[in-house]
Amino acid sequence: MHIVSIIFIVCGTFFLLTGTIGLLRFPDFYTRMHATGKCDTLGSLLILAGLALYHGLSLGSAKIIIIAIFIFLTSPTATHSIARAALRNKIPLWKKEKNK
Amino acid sequence: MIDFLLTVSVIILFLVFLCLYRAVFGPGIINRMIAINVIGTKTIAIILFMGFIFKRIDFFIDISMIYALINFIGTLTFSKYFEKKGVF
Repeated sequence: MHIVSIIFIVCGTFFLLTGTIGLLRFPDFYTRMHATGKCDTLGSLLILAGLALYHGLSLGSAKIIIIAIFIFLTSPTATHSIARAALRNKIPLWKKEKNK
Repeated sequence: MIDFLLTVSVIILFLVFLCLYRAVFGPGIINRMIAINVIGTKTIAIILFMGFIFKRIDFFIDISMIYALINFIGTLTFSKYFEKKGVF
């Protein structure tokens, strides 16, 4: 059972690394939100699933699953709210031929 | 298993410092809000790793749950405020 949780945690750390590289390297903040909003949700979800498998069947693992469901609901909501705040203030989108 | 959890938590702490570059030098308010949201999501995982390392997981789960709530409410409040006020 520890092998499965180790695989889950390593996959989650890989997705967090991908989201961080996207946050540092993309040119516009709409694309930065596109990178972090999905990779961060999936990475933390995989890490919490691995920790719940490592903890075994008890009240603590049920609480970890509740935190995972909460993150799965609220992290896309926060990203959508930030994107709407940027779009209502008429920040222009990034175009490739404009920046050459 | 404890050594593995310690290694993974050090790696995630390094990723938090990489995100802190965008939070300090990022142009505008939106970049800083994205970086703070990402750092908060990584901190939930770090708090759970600390609970497994110190063998006090039944306390640290509640701290992690409260941190997830604070992260969500803070991001939503700041985005609503800057939507009315103007970003730059």
